[in-house]
Amino acid sequence: MTTHMNTTLLTERKTAAAMHRSASNVSPGPVRGCAAIRVENLSLEYNGKPAFTGVSMAFTQNRITAIIGPSGCGKTSFLTCLNRLTDLVPRCRVTGRVTIGQTEVYAPETDAVSLRRRVGMIFQKPSPFPLSIRKNIELPLRDHGVRKKKHLEQTVETALRDVGLWSEVKDRLNSPATTLSGGQQQRLCLARALALEPEVLLLDEPCSSLDPVSSGVVEDLIVSLSGRFTIVMVTHNLAQAKRIAHDVAVFWMHDNAGQLIETGPCGDVFNNPSQPITAAYINGSRG
Amino acid sequence: MLDATAQAGLVGPGALPRGRSLDAFVTTAVWLGAGLIVAVFFWIVGDVFVHGVGGLSWSFLIDSPTHAGRGGGIGPIIVSTGLILTVCMAVSVPLGVGAGAWLAEFCPSTSLLGASVRRSLDMLAGVPSIVFGLFGNAFFCVYLGMGFSILSGGLTLACMVLPILIRSVEQGFGSVPGEHRRSAAALGMTRARTLAHVLLPAATPGLMAGLVLGIGRAMAETAALIFTSGYVDRMPQSLADSGRAMSVHIYDLSMNVAGGEPNAYTTALVLVASLLVINGATSAIGQRWLCGRSRG
Amino acid sequence: MSDKVLAWALRACGIVSGAVVLLIMFFLMQESLPALQRLGLARFFTDASWHPAADASQGRFNITAMVSGTLLTTAGAVLLAAPLGVVSAVFSHYYAPPRVARVHRRLIELLAGIPSVVYGFWGLVSLVPLLNALHPPGQSLLAGIVVLAIMILPTVALLSDAALANVPRSYLDGAAALGLTRWRTVWGVALPAARSGLFTGVLLATARAVGETMAVLMVCGNVVRLPGSVFDPVRTLTANIALEMAYAMGDHRSALFVSGLTLMGLVVLLVAAAGVFSRERVYA
Repeated sequence: MTTHMNTTLLTERKTAAAMHRSASNVSPGPVRGCAAIRVENLSLEYNGKPAFTGVSMAFTQNRITAIIGPSGCGKTSFLTCLNRLTDLVPRCRVTGRVTIGQTEVYAPETDAVSLRRRVGMIFQKPSPFPLSIRKNIELPLRDHGVRKKKHLEQTVETALRDVGLWSEVKDRLNSPATTLSGGQQQRLCLARALALEPEVLLLDEPCSSLDPVSSGVVEDLIVSLSGRFTIVMVTHNLAQAKRIAHDVAVFWMHDNAGQLIETGPCGDVFNNPSQPITAAYINGSRG
Repeated sequence: MLDATAQAGLVGPGALPRGRSLDAFVTTAVWLGAGLIVAVFFWIVGDVFVHGVGGLSWSFLIDSPTHAGRGGGIGPIIVSTGLILTVCMAVSVPLGVGAGAWLAEFCPSTSLLGASVRRSLDMLAGVPSIVFGLFGNAFFCVYLGMGFSILSGGLTLACMVLPILIRSVEQGFGSVPGEHRRSAAALGMTRARTLAHVLLPAATPGLMAGLVLGIGRAMAETAALIFTSGYVDRMPQSLADSGRAMSVHIYDLSMNVAGGEPNAYTTALVLVASLLVINGATSAIGQRWLCGRSRG
Repeated sequence: MSDKVLAWALRACGIVSGAVVLLIMFFLMQESLPALQRLGLARFFTDASWHPAADASQGRFNITAMVSGTLLTTAGAVLLAAPLGVVSAVFSHYYAPPRVARVHRRLIELLAGIPSVVYGFWGLVSLVPLLNALHPPGQSLLAGIVVLAIMILPTVALLSDAALANVPRSYLDGAAALGLTRWRTVWGVALPAARSGLFTGVLLATARAVGETMAVLMVCGNVVRLPGSVFDPVRTLTANIALEMAYAMGDHRSALFVSGLTLMGLVVLLVAAAGVFSRERVYA
């Protein structure tokens, strides 16, 4: 099932990408294997209280990186730094350096709106707009200058096929998105992000508010999308991280601020952690 | 939070029976008080209805008044009322929606400017209507040279309903979940488009409720109109003409015109009925809004 | 780019809306200034009577009778409406079955929507003749108090209702667990817990009573004299403006603006006090 979906996805993806390039110019991503996102000494403060400090790491192109660690150690805050969603939070200060592709995220000349278009994000709670299913996908596309009706229709269909929602909703594209189930809503949010052809996907505990079945569907979907996008996923679910992540980053609380204590390939971190805290965390949650 | 009375009731051995009889007495008193309010409501509305319904006819609604309003109908007065309301809403709605959207979406909660605007809107909401009348007369009629006109009256009312509109708009935006703003930002949508396509539709029921409340308030107003839109009961030819609103007509007929009472009653019936319809519309909108929100 | 334009346009709307109240104050002050300069404040209270003229030196400008008219009608109306309004809220929260409570609230809301001119008209044609039969002339302080009380009753009732709705459920459960009777629960627990909200309601209703024009204008008789009893006619500040504005010139007109400014100051104070008590934003 998954492999079949994968192949159809890939062919559709090519046509969608080709169409997209013709409509607007997206700079081609860097070569596979190099760092798609580089973070150097990144710190974040809310009202002068640090959420996390001194994080430096690199995210490899087209791989899934899971960020794990206990609650409140700044994982979600870290994620929102990558697409500058922190701009929406008053009295929030970011220091350090983030580079996505060739773009300096916090450089003054960088436009947050066009950056976010290249960096899709999915939240813990599915949050479709209170509009129709079709409008949910079309609205951001129109905002980015896609006007042709045919092109819009095609992109909506491709995005919905990408997330396996097309067959479920193709007859009711104009009904409100709020009538979908939680899992369907989350996949719609994913489709909405994919329609913009991002280079990076940020997933903030995308399965945690879903029932086990929907959670499994979304998880399979994330796996099927890896290889096409650089995916950064925050999760509390260690089993999930172990199942699907290629790389793992562990955050921990030190002196009332989150810090990155270990990164590495998934197998290494889980089977042979270099830090005793990591080992305790992984074993503790296992037992 | 328990005060001495309540605690005393617990300790005294004779407290319980005494408490019981007091309780029964108070229950009766409370029901009587509530009954009194209901009775007064029906007295007023019933009085207006019983005395007003006899004069009500199609021709009353379209004819011009004769003999200073003793005879004829209220056609031009309804037209003037409509024009005053139109001017009022045409000015206050765009301004109110803009200001409400700014306060709710663009103005940081720490902003000093936002706080002062909110404070002055609170004050504006408390200004007595006769003071609006004085201001409208001094500013619109005299200073801006509009004279006694529908324009002056409508603009004066616009100032009056502005705080009501802005509050409703702000509440409408406030009821839109924050996730929508965050999602829109994460999708790289501009704030302008987020506002126009995501937030505004979601806030519409609140805007509608405010609009209807504002219309109701403007229609009920008398004191602010006497010295701004004036008394002239002819059919207005333009917005620069003076025009008599329904509420002013009721006042004039009952105070200044001997024998004007029957027509004053009928006009009051028309006015109260329109307001009840508007009020009903408000609660219907509110209800649909609540249903829509619980579903979503 | 368009984001910047939009933000500026909306900010302009906000500033214009906020500036309206300043504009009102500016014009009130500007129009009041001639009278204040040529009469001074003292003459408003020391002159022999209220016989205004366009020229300050020819008229007499004592407004004591009107000020007391406003204060007396307001005080009477609040004394009448405040307990009744609170009773109405208590009724719909603790005594009425849910369906009756819902209908009761709707009625109060409808009462709040009736125009003041209709209250005044009803007072003039229904209430005044009754009072006239009791003690002529009918158009009196008492008539004003009753009509004004009915008018501000919905304000007290609706705000008290909201205040009682905010009393934490646990207080009431605690009272019930102690076996308190219903009235003791209401009197000893609910009303004290809601007192700041109730007080806010009464203050806002007072502000509304002070500023009300039409209802008192139509039923109070409008004689400029200190009333000897509740059956005597009075004239309020608001009624005075409404009656004389149409023909007032010069210093007379300016003196009316002074009374308008006084009213506005009084109401703004009351609203501000209500804001302090409720610690929330208040709109009348």
